[in-house]
Amino acid sequence: MLFGVSVLTFAIIPLVPGSPARVKLGVQATDETVAALERQLGLDRPLTAQYWDWLSGIVTRGDFGKSLISDKSITGEVTRRLPATLQLAFLALLVGLLIALPAGITSALRPGSKIDLTASIFSQIGVSIPDFWMGILFILLFSETLRWLPSSGYTPIMESFGGWLRHIILPAATAGLISGAIMTRFIRSAMLEVLGQDYVRTARAKGLPESIVINKHALRNASISIVTIIGLQMATLFSAVVVVEIIFSWPGLGSLALSSTLQRDYPMLQASVLLFATAFAFINLLTDLSYVLLDPSVEYA
Amino acid sequence: MEFLRRSSSHRLVVLGGIIIIVLGLLALLGSLLTPYEPTGMDFGARFSPPGLKHPFGTDEFGRDILSRILYGATVSFKVAFIAVGISSTVGVFLGAVAGYYGGWLDEITMRFMDILFAFPAVLLAITVMAILGRGVENAMIAIAIVYIPIFARVARGAVISVRGREFVTAARALGQSHTIIIFRHVLPNAIGPIIVQTSLSLAFAILAEAALSFFGLGTQPPTPSWGRMLSEGRAFLHQAWWMGVFPGLAIMLAVMGFNFFGDGLRDLLDPRTRND
Repeated sequence: MLFGVSVLTFAIIPLVPGSPARVKLGVQATDETVAALERQLGLDRPLTAQYWDWLSGIVTRGDFGKSLISDKSITGEVTRRLPATLQLAFLALLVGLLIALPAGITSALRPGSKIDLTASIFSQIGVSIPDFWMGILFILLFSETLRWLPSSGYTPIMESFGGWLRHIILPAATAGLISGAIMTRFIRSAMLEVLGQDYVRTARAKGLPESIVINKHALRNASISIVTIIGLQMATLFSAVVVVEIIFSWPGLGSLALSSTLQRDYPMLQASVLLFATAFAFINLLTDLSYVLLDPSVEYA
Repeated sequence: MEFLRRSSSHRLVVLGGIIIIVLGLLALLGSLLTPYEPTGMDFGARFSPPGLKHPFGTDEFGRDILSRILYGATVSFKVAFIAVGISSTVGVFLGAVAGYYGGWLDEITMRFMDILFAFPAVLLAITVMAILGRGVENAMIAIAIVYIPIFARVARGAVISVRGREFVTAARALGQSHTIIIFRHVLPNAIGPIIVQTSLSLAFAILAEAALSFFGLGTQPPTPSWGRMLSEGRAFLHQAWWMGVFPGLAIMLAVMGFNFFGDGLRDLLDPRTRND
């Protein structure tokens, strides 16, 4: 799977019309200079050899090659940005869950109530709203009008926790709110389904207090579906993270992908896409594993 | 007829349908209705707040935002329909073939789809645009590629659930060729989920076109595009909040319309929620 991802990511450079060497040297460069640079960069070798060199460089030495624009090592840039992206993704997920779990569960417990309707409207908006627009609205509200929070930038957590928090709140909230809105409906359905099951009715018939019915029986069994939901939502979350990084100038892999695309720095794009996709795949793996932990009857194929 | 009656009694579908039709009409006829030229600059009226002359205000060049939004509707709808058209055709074809024939064809196709799924949507779109270059047409292709795996999966699932049914075995016994079976028997019965997915994909396509234009990769200036207008709005948020608000509202409305329609349709078609 990751293998396929790496192949596709590597394929970016050969697929781009024209040669990266020409991109670097500019349109005026003569054909000889371009050819010489191609030889130097190893671009005239068979594709499989290039792919193998690229991949083995990454896996064995952690070397992603050099930027087409600045000639600096890509590895430094990319490894700096990876934690930033992960922090954002993690916090966004947290925000999303903080919203979706109470909202979804309460909606399921009181279907048709005002809470249910409000949550429903909220989640419908969340699905339809463009993430970049929501970011703009937040900036408008919190940065321009209220002047509470900065609209861009990043402070490493090691330097100042307060500063880090101030900068990460808006982007994480934007991505998290949208993700949370989407998850609310699914959690609600999952909870409704569990609540309709026989063992819940039995527990209630036995006269158990409602809180125990909910916590011990319903939630425990719904948690499997909830983890599945989280897993499915990862794609949307990570997609939102890319957008949010761009809007808030958050120095992560997503914004790097865009800037390298705009600058035509293809090796940089490859590296950021590869790392991003790998992080994404890894997180998916983690959710799969927690799935197994929660439900002992599931065998991991 | 019963389907129509149930459709009209289902509020979501109706609401969604109305929104789509209204916006669609605006998209088609908007160019005739615009009070101003969408690219017409009026430097005397730069950054006018929403008012009588310019209901949605003007931008940094004095262009009327309402007119640009109406033009943007045309762009968004065009891109969305073409992208989803490509996506559904290719995706449904691949998925139906994979689901019908099974075996290694299924394996390989689905493996490839899984690889595409491994990239978050926006990232995949950006990557494809990096390869193809900027522009509206490439944006359509990029969006189409992002959604092909989903159509493939939906089509495959629908085909698999239908292919075991009796009329297929009967058709085979009668000696009909596989192609005819797929087109005349299997697909028409699998069409429900595919239509639902189409509507939802249209919603996403509008969002995606806006996102790509927002990044500067999609629709290029001076063509108005909702996403592009938002990115301009972002730069001038301090002086002209309306630049950042109204295009976004338009996007959200369009997306909602298609989402409502698709969701309503899905509820209608789902045997579990039917109360007959």
